[in-house]
Amino acid sequence: MIRKAWKSMIIILVLCFLYLPILVLAVYSFTDAANIGTVRGFSLHNYVTLFTTPELVQMIAGTVVLAFVSAFFATILGTLGAIGAFYSKKGMASVINTMNQVPVVNADVVTGFSICILLVVVFGISKDSFIPLVAGHVTLCAPFVFLSVVPKLKQMDSSIYEAALDLGATPFTALIKIVIPQIFPGIVSGFALAVTLSLDDYFVATYTKPATFDTISTYVVNATKGAQTTIKTALWALSTVIFLLVVLFALFMNIRAGKNGQERNGI
Amino acid sequence: MEQGTNIIELKHITKTYKDGFSAVSDFNLEVKKGEFVTFLGPSGCGKTTTLRMIAGFDLPTEGEILLNGEPITALPPNERPINTVFQRYALFPHMNIYENIAFGLRQKKTPKSIIVKKVKKVLELVDLEGFEKRSIDTLSGGQQQRVAIARAVVNEPQILLLDEPLGALDLKMRKEMQLELKEMHKELGITFIYVTHDQEEALTMSDKIVVMAEGKMQQIGTPEDIYNEPANAFVADFIGDSNIFNGIMTGKLKARFCGGEFVCVDDVETGTHITAVVRPEDVVLTSPEKGKIRGIVTSVIFKGMHYEITVESGKNEIVAQSVNCAIVGEHVGVNVEPDNIHIMIAEDHTNIFAAEINKNNELAYNGTVLNVPLTNIIKGSREEDGVLFDASGSEIDLKKIRIKISIRPQDIEMTDEQEDGLVKGYISNLIYKGDHYSYVIHTDLEQDFVVDDEYLWNMDDQVGLLMPVEKMIFTVKK
Amino acid sequence: MHKFMFSRKNLGIPYGLFLAVFVMAPLLVLIYFAFTNGQGEFTLLNLTGFFSDPNTLGTLCYSFGIAAVTTAVCLLLAYPAAYILATSRLKAKSVIVLLFIMPMWINFSLRITALKEILTWAEGSLAYHPFLNTVLGMSYDFLPFMILPIYTTISKMDEALLEAARDLGAGGLQAFLKVTLPLSLPGIISGVSMVFLPAMTNYVVLDMLYNSTYIMGSLIGSYFASYNWHGGSMIALILLGIVCLFTLMTRGIEEENTRGGMLL
Repeated sequence: MIRKAWKSMIIILVLCFLYLPILVLAVYSFTDAANIGTVRGFSLHNYVTLFTTPELVQMIAGTVVLAFVSAFFATILGTLGAIGAFYSKKGMASVINTMNQVPVVNADVVTGFSICILLVVVFGISKDSFIPLVAGHVTLCAPFVFLSVVPKLKQMDSSIYEAALDLGATPFTALIKIVIPQIFPGIVSGFALAVTLSLDDYFVATYTKPATFDTISTYVVNATKGAQTTIKTALWALSTVIFLLVVLFALFMNIRAGKNGQERNGI
Repeated sequence: MEQGTNIIELKHITKTYKDGFSAVSDFNLEVKKGEFVTFLGPSGCGKTTTLRMIAGFDLPTEGEILLNGEPITALPPNERPINTVFQRYALFPHMNIYENIAFGLRQKKTPKSIIVKKVKKVLELVDLEGFEKRSIDTLSGGQQQRVAIARAVVNEPQILLLDEPLGALDLKMRKEMQLELKEMHKELGITFIYVTHDQEEALTMSDKIVVMAEGKMQQIGTPEDIYNEPANAFVADFIGDSNIFNGIMTGKLKARFCGGEFVCVDDVETGTHITAVVRPEDVVLTSPEKGKIRGIVTSVIFKGMHYEITVESGKNEIVAQSVNCAIVGEHVGVNVEPDNIHIMIAEDHTNIFAAEINKNNELAYNGTVLNVPLTNIIKGSREEDGVLFDASGSEIDLKKIRIKISIRPQDIEMTDEQEDGLVKGYISNLIYKGDHYSYVIHTDLEQDFVVDDEYLWNMDDQVGLLMPVEKMIFTVKK
Repeated sequence: MHKFMFSRKNLGIPYGLFLAVFVMAPLLVLIYFAFTNGQGEFTLLNLTGFFSDPNTLGTLCYSFGIAAVTTAVCLLLAYPAAYILATSRLKAKSVIVLLFIMPMWINFSLRITALKEILTWAEGSLAYHPFLNTVLGMSYDFLPFMILPIYTTISKMDEALLEAARDLGAGGLQAFLKVTLPLSLPGIISGVSMVFLPAMTNYVVLDMLYNSTYIMGSLIGSYFASYNWHGGSMIALILLGIVCLFTLMTRGIEEENTRGGMLL
């Protein structure tokens, strides 16, 4: 059973590497310590700072709103694009597929920089209008929505669309009532992916955001350069809150998946 | 007057794809109200394409489709009073049974109370009372099939199209559903157009069968017509097992084929090239001296209700069905009653004959190895260490398969150097056909070959027949 | 008869236009800027300048070094973990897979902050080991992107193949080297492509860990800060070239759409 122990060791080691920093930070976020390693008493002041400093609250709210707005547009565009490309002639489909692949494989720095040059430098659109920022994030996210939807279209039995037409539905009704419900799981996971990509982005935001607006990423990066301790430790609290939200979301997903599995086995 | 009773007419329908492939060419059909019409043919014969054009999923490149005399050729499928039962059901997986069946009625803005009643009634029709709330994935294949039928029928279409609807069911279920569909057709009085590649299914269910091959209609008629009076060698071969021989009329009501002269009932002009069809159940085996032709039994297979006995006479193979057993190697005589011989004037004269498989797994005829690997002929097969495996990986028993070669008359060449030919014989008949002569060569193996040639040869000339392998078409029968 | 038909394939038009405007047009503009100077005249100076300046060439080498070491570390950690997980029959397997994915959902700058605090505590000052810290930071950031595609590929592999290899006389190691490893290559390629390029360009990780050496991404950042669009465009174009090269080299091997499946 030494092999088994070895295997568990490796898994545990990798998990430690991934989680130890976050967990340590989470523990220290509940103290009034300014640095890790010092032993101090329990305190919630980081959380109070996090939720009462207008600058922090605005930054968090702004990031979330940006993520959902970008994800919304990205989902609509990506889904329509996937359906369109899937039913287009080969040449057209491969053009869309190739273009779609560019932001996926490209470095985010390049994507952000090139959009900045086009919209801000060439067309002179003001960054304060938020147009470059939203356009940049939609460009970043839509290809991933596209990639989440296409497999669902491939899985779908192609004759059910024809069956709907056969039963008197117009092409539009058939699309709304038959095709969209079939690919809906792909759309949802595409949307979720778009939200996380937007929340995580630093580069596109840096090159396209208004000077006065900050996302979590740009704010945190700037904050680590400065030495304001209260803000620094408040960000530990933010890290912990996001971690807990992710855990809750994962638990929810896991329970739902388990339930679905049971239902399927049950009947 | 005839016009009024036709519910649907297809006029010169042709479907050609961009790459030049014609799925259907010059297809003409009239279907009367309330008929049960079946399109029958091997896969790729154009039957499904024709159905899809009637449904409106595909547009014909040429021709016209009329519904009750009105052109509907380019009408989108949702505006046609025609419904389809799909090959793999195509039920909407995210809807329950009620919603699936109500879908069509809802598109027509039918009031809810009427929908509820109609769905209930149609579920009774397909024996699924009370299944409204069930979801699709809790149903068996047969039940899903019934829902698919109910979903189409509830709209009271003028025509119901069924695209191999029983293909995915097991044999027992299929037999049951065949009877039920037939019942349903009677009860509803709707015109059914049914597509299948299963000849037995077509024969049991249909009022009228359309046999198709390579995008063309081969024959249209009642099941009895199709079975008893096949229009050509293809139909005869496709419908049931048949013995098919090339031959020639040698006198009034006299035909020579398979190395013997038989009396027949079809009055065809003397000297005409013919194709003779004899059903295996009509082949009578007797003692050698009583038979019109003689042969040796080469295989006997017990088929449950009867024995299938293969007799070799010269190079001709005759398949017989008999309730009496025979012994391999036994000499027998073969007789056929005159009215069991079906004589067709061979319009295409294609020569069809059996090939043999030698012990090296090579295809041969008359002792000459034909340069075609068996793996090319049997689709998806591969050879390993002298054993042939089919696409699914199981071993093929070469004794159980028969391979037939077809070759057109213009592809055979005659030569004076008899030994060069694949087979030799003498010219037993010739007819001038305007721009070429058509010859019948009676070979040493007692077979008749039809050969076209522009040059004049003489009766009774001894010739060898050159048949290029690349012009041969091989068909495999199990 | 000629009314406008609503058609499914027309739905692709808006997205096609969107991609043309926000993906293709920026790339064309990038090419234009890379080969012009401030006066809008054609020039090759941006290109020759990059390849003749020892500083920028040093940056290119340093980027390659960081990316190569990071990719190797990620692969060494990810492959055993993914392999063990994919071949195990644990009941909690799905939970552990989720644990490997979850870090992707947490903002990377916050995770790097956490790592930075730990490293500061452990090393006293980040200044002593800039290269090590950068590699650790990058690996910490990108590890999930390496684990997931490898895990997916190995999970999809037919177990019977391994059994067949054993049946034909291969030892455990032989079976792994001759069957599992080659078959998991698409996953590895996919993982490498998701780690290598970001490791060459994600200069924020360096900045946050107080490593002041430049990588390729930092060059774009500094050109951006000094409004030198032409110099920045050339760097972007060179990075684009590296992406193209990598894509061409691994064409056909890469697992399709593993990126799309990042969220289960």
